[in-house]
Order: sequence, then structure tokens, then C-alpha cells
Amino acid sequence: MSGYAYPTDQEIWHMAQELGLDPYPITFESVPAPVLYEFAAYLIPGRMAHWSYGKAYHAMKIRYDYGLNKLYEMVINANPAYAFLLDANSALENTFVRAHVMGHVDFFHHNQCFSHTPADMVDVVSRHAERVRQYEFSVGRDEVETFLDAVLALEEQVNPPTPPILPRERPHAPSSPRMVKPPWDLGEPDQSRIRQVQVSTHIEEDLLWFLMRESLHLEDWQRDVIGMVRDEMLYLWPQLRTKIMNEGWASYWHVALMRQMSLSDADYLDFARLHSHVTAPVLYHINPYALGYAIYCDLERRQGREALFLVRTVDDDVSFVRNYLTEDVVAELNLMVYGPDQDRMVFKSRQLEEIREKLVKELLHGGIPVIHVNDGDFNQRGELYLIHRHEGLDLDLLYAERTLHYVQRLWGRPVHLETLSNGKRLVLSFDGKTDSKSML
Amino acid sequence: MADYRPDWSLQRKGASDQQRHLEKIKQALRERLPDLISDESIITSDGQRVIKVPIRSLEQYKFRFHPWQGDRVGQDRGTGRPGDVLGQLPTPANSKGEGEKGQAGEWPGLDYLEAEVTLDEIAALLFDELGLPYLKAKPLATIPWPTWKFKDISPKGLMGNLDKRRSLRENLTRNALVGHPYVGNWRDSDLRFKTWVDEPEPENNAVVIAMRDISGSMGEFKKLMARTFSFWMLKFLRTHYESVEVVFLVHHTQAREVSEEEFFHLGESGGTKVSSVYQLCLEVVQTRYPASRWNIYPIHFSDGDNWSDADNHRTVEILVELLSQVNVLGYAEIREGGYTSTLMSAFRHVRHPRLKTVTITHKDDVYPALKTFFPRQEG
Repeated sequence: MSGYAYPTDQEIWHMAQELGLDPYPITFESVPAPVLYEFAAYLIPGRMAHWSYGKAYHAMKIRYDYGLNKLYEMVINANPAYAFLLDANSALENTFVRAHVMGHVDFFHHNQCFSHTPADMVDVVSRHAERVRQYEFSVGRDEVETFLDAVLALEEQVNPPTPPILPRERPHAPSSPRMVKPPWDLGEPDQSRIRQVQVSTHIEEDLLWFLMRESLHLEDWQRDVIGMVRDEMLYLWPQLRTKIMNEGWASYWHVALMRQMSLSDADYLDFARLHSHVTAPVLYHINPYALGYAIYCDLERRQGREALFLVRTVDDDVSFVRNYLTEDVVAELNLMVYGPDQDRMVFKSRQLEEIREKLVKELLHGGIPVIHVNDGDFNQRGELYLIHRHEGLDLDLLYAERTLHYVQRLWGRPVHLETLSNGKRLVLSFDGKTDSKSML
Repeated sequence: MADYRPDWSLQRKGASDQQRHLEKIKQALRERLPDLISDESIITSDGQRVIKVPIRSLEQYKFRFHPWQGDRVGQDRGTGRPGDVLGQLPTPANSKGEGEKGQAGEWPGLDYLEAEVTLDEIAALLFDELGLPYLKAKPLATIPWPTWKFKDISPKGLMGNLDKRRSLRENLTRNALVGHPYVGNWRDSDLRFKTWVDEPEPENNAVVIAMRDISGSMGEFKKLMARTFSFWMLKFLRTHYESVEVVFLVHHTQAREVSEEEFFHLGESGGTKVSSVYQLCLEVVQTRYPASRWNIYPIHFSDGDNWSDADNHRTVEILVELLSQVNVLGYAEIREGGYTSTLMSAFRHVRHPRLKTVTITHKDDVYPALKTFFPRQEG
């Protein structure tokens, strides 16, 4: 638009401050599409190399090249934060995206889930990448790649620290030296020590952490790689469990900030089109932008804007939906429950309670099955016994069977996984050569 | 705000990781070659058609929930009523196991990794593994190739190839047409140039002599295996030679030359006399494809059931004579049972490096058979 100068980064940042947001300083940078898509595939720029990221990048770029979807921006949770804008964006699009980014960065700064994330994660992952590269150099690329295949398959099996404002009860004092000193402090590995440990008295919820500490099978570089992957996952974890809240918050604030600007009618129309584009429904899915935005707007109508700031600080997606999903939001977004009935997918319900219950269930633990370590010396033979904490949904057994191969690769001894399938207790086992399945 | 600005272009790994992923797809396809190359739908495709190959080994397994068990929340158009059917679920039969084909993408959580390849890409992967042993340097191969001759005249061309006589004549003719028969007033259109044509020389040729037993005992499976093997053999040889001629011979108690169509479809009852076809093969070589000029690849498909032991001896005699003139002679015994035929035993005693014998009892055997027939290393 001629005549109107769009606000600069700094001006938008100050507008956000005036409206009550408190984002970290933000470094904006325009990048070409392949770079933006690469960052989106790796989630953090400069991360270690692995073919699976290349696969994600390839898939994203193909979709972009065919015009199937477009990313406008990518924000990195850091202090100062980084925001990458697509260099093909128009000036109005960039203004819109900058306003959107203010919401995200304020959210990173203040939501309690992010209180553990390091401010310099971009540097941390660069160092990780460098270390992985050195390991490739010393033990061989294929060796590192095969190992990473196994670790990345289990990357979601971490137990994120609980936010500090809700201190949880500490587990009982350790009954074995295992908790006091990690094995690398003990000099020579003491085989007999492991034999004595009865892990079954203490439930370990962090499979990666357990494998890293307890596996007798790993070399130092391998423990280091597990630690790096786990750190990166712990950094990303808060983003997984606040997808709806975070995108909703950013959408709420791009609307609020754009309304502060004196846009021309044409620009206002373009802005409205952009907003409806990001909040467009996807049939039979949940658009997190739309759901989060609708819940914040609904809450603002009932309790005013001040209430939103508290919500953005203390909630995560599960509590957000549980506490603030209302009939109005359900009606506005045409939310519904559907599910399988024999060989068909059928419409089930439009009741608020039903929707809330199912959605909370989907969001619990980021939609990832919880696997506990039950025994690290099962059968007194150093075998690993895992239990899937069944909360209503069965595991994909084919996937579980194959994933168990990766666990075995890291553990070095036979591994077992207990789960429920169609209501029956079932144990999957893998001893390094053959899979077996037994009913309990 | 700090001025520290990392140079993002140095951090980029997308292209190299993408390349690594493509390499892994290729590797996975290579592992599936035995299965792929004996797939009937692949060998009948036109080479351009894209074939989707599910690749389970590159799926990123993790602990996850059953993809379509349990209820989900979504958005619809606001018109749904309880009980409305929204779609069909993939059945357990096609969601697990080998031949998976689901309605990927319709419901959350369902996706399969499929590599899209063409026949030519599969061929390229296969041919990487094959070699061409005993490639003979034929005497005629001393003629430089490609050869070319000045055979044609064109109004456009290189000045160095100007045909002065023809250009003068054109100029004179044009001037004479307007009443001034003289040389001068040159125009570009008067010029004539010598141009050349490529002349492929037939010295770099191969002939495949495909022989097949059409006696009653050769059933559908055996026909398909013979066809699959011949298909890849011809395709492979065509990548190495300018042109590959093929002679099709069939036999029961007598041998004769047939068309390609007949070769793959004929089936007749009656006994088998293998020596007849080797005799005919020898005659074809001696009369039409002298070893001094041709690279010769005879291949014989049979179930090994020969009429008599005496004929086996006769066959071996002709075989030995033939072996001195060919590049490689293949004997592919296609059978569904496990025992070894008397013909195969007789051939095994020959122990000639240019005689390759293979047994095909399953469609996965085609791939190792091709590798035996065309090893990367000689001997």
C-alpha cells in the first residue's frame, strides 16, 4: 500500500509491550523457502545430521513446490528469540507474521512449561552436531547412523521435568547406590552391582535416561548421543504439549496487534484473509490455531483480557481444554467426536462432555504412549522388562514389535514389553534374533 | 539485542540428509530386487510407468497408539448426526503384513512410505550388479566408431565444408534465370555445403539364441520364469551392445526356429530330445552368426527331463563344440520339485567356465540366476 508505512520490528515489539505482552528481544531474518523449510524440518537450526530429517525436509519442500502448503514463519524459542520469515512474503504478510511471532515469543517467555528450556539451545544443538560429526569421524558414519536410528526411534520416551510451580513429591529415597552415583563415577563397571538392583520397587518413567545410565552394552560416545537426543527432546517437549495454547495465543495477538494499526481497507481485507487462512478448519482434524484462538476469545468475553495472561502462564493443552472448552466454542468450531465402529468410521457425538473427555485423552502426554521401565534385571538375567501404562488405547503392535528391536539394540540383552491388547495382557519380547509374543 | 548473527547457510544439512535418505531408499530397493524383478506387472510395463513399492525398512518405528482404534475429536461442517457413516476403515488384512495398501491420508495417523520407481530405475539398480564376461574384441572393431561419411548437400553448414562447385552452379543458374548468365552478385542462398551422416557399423553386436523346451512338462510357472529371465537378459545386453539380435528356438523331440510370440506361448505334448536344439543352435551360429563377428549368448530353458541318457551324452558333445564359439552359454533348469535332473548332472561334469548352469524353483531365484549368468568378475 502506498502512503502507509508498516511498523518496523521494533515498533511492533513496543506495541506488544504496551498491550501487556512481554516477549524476549527478537531477531527477525528473511530467508528463502528452502532454508525456512529446512529449519521447519529440523525444528532447530543446525541440528545433528540424520537421514530422517532429510526425509522430512524433502516431504515439506515437495509440498511447497507443488503449492500445497506455505509456511510464513518459523520461531525459535531462545533468548533473544529468532524468527525466520519467508523472503517471498509481502510487506503486509510480514507485518502479520511479526505480530503473530510476538505472541509465540511471549508464550515461550512466560508459560511455565518452558521454564526448563535453555535460552541458548541453538548453540547447544550446534555443539551436539559437531560432536556427532566427530563420532562419525572416529567410529564411522554407518555406525553412528545405525545407532541414531535406534535412539531417535525412542526419542519421545522421556519424562519431562514437572514445572517448578507445582513441586511434585519426590520419589522415595533410593534403596540402592544406583540413584546416588551414576555408573560412570564408579570406575570399572561392577557387574554384580547390577545383579543386586531390584528396579521393580521403583518405577522409572524415562526410558532414554534409564538406557543411557543402566545399559551395560553402550560405549561412552553412545551414552553421549543418547544424552544429546534426550536434551533436544526435552527442549522440544513443551512445544508439543502446548500446541493449541501457543498457536491460539499467537493468533489472538496477531489480531489484537493488527487492529492497533491503521490499515487501509485493502490491507485489512488481506489481513482478514490471512487470519481465516490460518484458522481454517481441516475436516475431521483439529486446527490448533482455530481451537486455541476460539477458546481465548471465548474466555475473554466471559472474564476479560486480564484472565488470559494467567491462563497462558499456568496451563498446558490438557488443562486448557479441560478448564476452558465451552458449549460456545464447540458450536462455533463444529467440534465432534467420531470413531471406528466395526469397519466404518462413524459420527459419535457433539456433546461438550464427550468432546472434552476424548480430546483430553488425545492430548495426554503429548499423544505418546507412556512406557515404564519395570525391571532392569528381569529373570535375574539382566533382561529388560517394560510396561506400557494402558490408558484406554492399545499400542500399534506391529510398530511396538519393531521399536522393541531398537530398545534391544541399546540394552544389549533380551527385552520385553507388557501391554494390553483388546483387553488381554500381552508380552512382546525380542532377544536380538527372534520376536515372540505371549499372553499372560 | 546482540549483534551476533550466525551464518545460517553454513548450518544447512537438509540437502545432504535428503541425499542420504534417497540413498537409503535405493539401498532398500536393492534389497528387494529379487522380489521386484520377477514381478509380472513390472516386466510388462512400458518403462515409464511409476511403480509404487512399499518400503517397510525405512519406516520410522516408534511406540505409538493403534492408528484407528479409539475415538477422536475433529471439526466437521456442523451437519453430522450420531450414527452417520463418515468412511471406510482400512481392514486389518491390508494394514499389516506384506501387501499393505490402505486409504492413507484420509484419517490421521495412517501413512505408508512408498518409493516411486520406474522400470528403468529398477533396471539400472539391477544392472549395477551384473557384468558382461568374455566380451570379445572382434577384429572388425578396429574400424573407428561412430563412422561418418559426406553423403549429402545442404544450404546451411560450416564454411569449411563449402562445396565450391555446387555453389558456383547455383549462383550461375540464379543469375541466368534473370537473363545475366555470369558469376557474381553472391547471396547466402547460393551457397551449398557438404554434410555428413553417421554410419553405424555393425561390429559391436550381440546375438541371443534363446532356446526353450516346449514339451508337455513345461507349465505356466516355467513359461513365466523363462520369460522373466529372457526379459532382463535382453534388456541388460541392449545396454551394452549397439543392437542385440535374438533368435528363438523351441524344441520337443525336434527343434525349429519360431517368432518371439510363439516362443513364450507355445506348449506341445510329446517327448523331449534336447540334443536337437543344441544341434540347431550350432547350425545357426555357424551359418548366420560367425563367432569372429558376433558376441553370442545362447540360453536354454528346460525342466531337464530328457528322453534318454544317450541323448544327454550327445547333447554334451555338441555343447562342448558350441562353448568354443560363444561368450557365455546358460542353461536354466526351471522346475518345481527339488531333485536334480540327469541333464543337469551331465552338464555339471563339463566344468567349462563359459557354461553357467542355474536352477530356478521359485520366482526369487531369477535374481541370483542373472547374477550367475552375468557375474561382475570373470571366471
